[in-house]
Amino acid sequence: MIPAPTGTGRAGGTGAYAPKPGAAPLSRMIAAQAALETKMLLRNGEQLLLTVIIPTLLLVLFSTVDIVDTGAGEAVDFLAPGILALAVMSTAFTGQAIATGFERRYGVLKRLASSPLPRWALMTAKTLSVLVTEVLQIVLLTVIAFALGWSPQGNPFAVLLLLVLGTAAFSGLGLLMAGTLKAEATLAAANLVFLLLLVGGGVVVPLENFPDAAQGVLGLLPVSALSEGLRDVLQDGAGLPWGQVAILAVWAVAGLAAAGRFFRWE
Amino acid sequence: MRSEPVVQVQALVKRYGTKTAVDGLDLVARQGVTAVLGPNGAGKTTTVETCEGYRRPDSGTVRVLGLDPVRQSAALRPRVGVMLQSGGVYSGARADEMLRHTARLHAHPLDVDALIERLGLGSCGRTTYRRLSGGQQQRLALAMAVVGRPELVFLDEPTAGLDPQARRATWDLVRDLRADGVSVILTTHHMDEAEQLADDVAIIDAGRVVAQGSPEELCRGGAENTLRFSGRPGLDVVSLLKALPPDSQADELTPGSYRVVGEVDPQLLATVTSWCAQHGVLPDRISVERHTLEDVFLELTGKELRS
Repeated sequence: MIPAPTGTGRAGGTGAYAPKPGAAPLSRMIAAQAALETKMLLRNGEQLLLTVIIPTLLLVLFSTVDIVDTGAGEAVDFLAPGILALAVMSTAFTGQAIATGFERRYGVLKRLASSPLPRWALMTAKTLSVLVTEVLQIVLLTVIAFALGWSPQGNPFAVLLLLVLGTAAFSGLGLLMAGTLKAEATLAAANLVFLLLLVGGGVVVPLENFPDAAQGVLGLLPVSALSEGLRDVLQDGAGLPWGQVAILAVWAVAGLAAAGRFFRWE
Repeated sequence: MRSEPVVQVQALVKRYGTKTAVDGLDLVARQGVTAVLGPNGAGKTTTVETCEGYRRPDSGTVRVLGLDPVRQSAALRPRVGVMLQSGGVYSGARADEMLRHTARLHAHPLDVDALIERLGLGSCGRTTYRRLSGGQQQRLALAMAVVGRPELVFLDEPTAGLDPQARRATWDLVRDLRADGVSVILTTHHMDEAEQLADDVAIIDAGRVVAQGSPEELCRGGAENTLRFSGRPGLDVVSLLKALPPDSQADELTPGSYRVVGEVDPQLLATVTSWCAQHGVLPDRISVERHTLEDVFLELTGKELRS
């Protein structure tokens, strides 16, 4: 028997803290984690700038002002697919990399690793949070695009497949960056990549405007594959663009495998 | 009779590159509060983080509640509460939000509102974590460690940087946890914290346990202790010495001021006062000076500063 603690004037406990351990059901843990991650993202001003304000401004600005030559047809029909690709990149890659990088830096991932939430469940929750954010972005951007006179065509399932593959590819790359670099380096690099791919990834500037030699390389970038693939379907009414699907699938497998291999939790 | 160990560390070795942080450490912690004391860099945090499953031992074994913290992590995690030395919270989360979230990861959490009230976190309001004071951040981390109603809680320097009120609140919570049968392993370099809270103290230096026992046991060991009293000058010290146990010393330091050095225990005090009674002496002051944990600590770990 252990003697009563000194100084409390109490012989035994009240029972208020009596152990009753146990993990919550997995579904509840994942739902709670996804909800918190989404809330954190929507509360963060810089993240909103990246995921909502910049894509919206670019869509409105480039559709209404003749800044770049977007080829024949309505500018918005060219721009909307590119901006959807940008929205996916901003959330799955840039936003996720920066947020996860700082979570790693501030011990959030470490603390969660000792909670009942398994690591795979944390990653599932992060993915859900990315998907919820993307749905909100896509709804908003679609409404704005329609208001600007967008007339999309093509198979919605082809669009969905491209968006999912793009999300997987960008998530893998974003998590790879967040799990290997310092948080500040991730912040700088993720923003730089966002900017470079915005300009050179066929988002608002057609790849045909670049020199022939550059086009071949730029076309292999995940954001180019996503924006060109979406454009093939939504602007030109093509079936499934297998070339772009293959490029995105390779990025997704390579990115997620590398993230799984090299991600460091502390 | 005491219960099975809650933590059992045997011959633990942990190196970072060429630096050996933990060097063959043995530690057994039983039900109750165990304080791990040691200078900076002694290996306290590495030892605790190995028990929490964050580090893999280079050699040796670690068992927490009978489980391997790395390989049986899934079974162990719900049963153990962890308070990291710093961080662990989304910088944009509010205190109540983060605590509620942590509670939701557990099957039978404590009442969150009561815990918020108890640890004075209600005043944090809508302030996000990065803008909380250091003390508020510490108390939130403590609340997160206990909210899942664990059997065992690891607290890594739980009162570092706290003001005296917050320190008391933390101590009171640790005492209540203990009284309700929750075991606590805490690291600290506050001697008074260990003396106040711990059933058992392990002193770590240079990656090894150099002493372990209850605070009383540790203070009893080591050098001798002192009893002082004052009475009229010129008492017969030789007669007093005869009444005392063999290895004791007694002398009159200044006229009327006496010192007895030896194994100071209740019996010795009784012997001195009854000798005074026999000689018609009313000591107008009598005091017992025992070694504090700090004396023992400095004796074992040296007085030079650590990096």
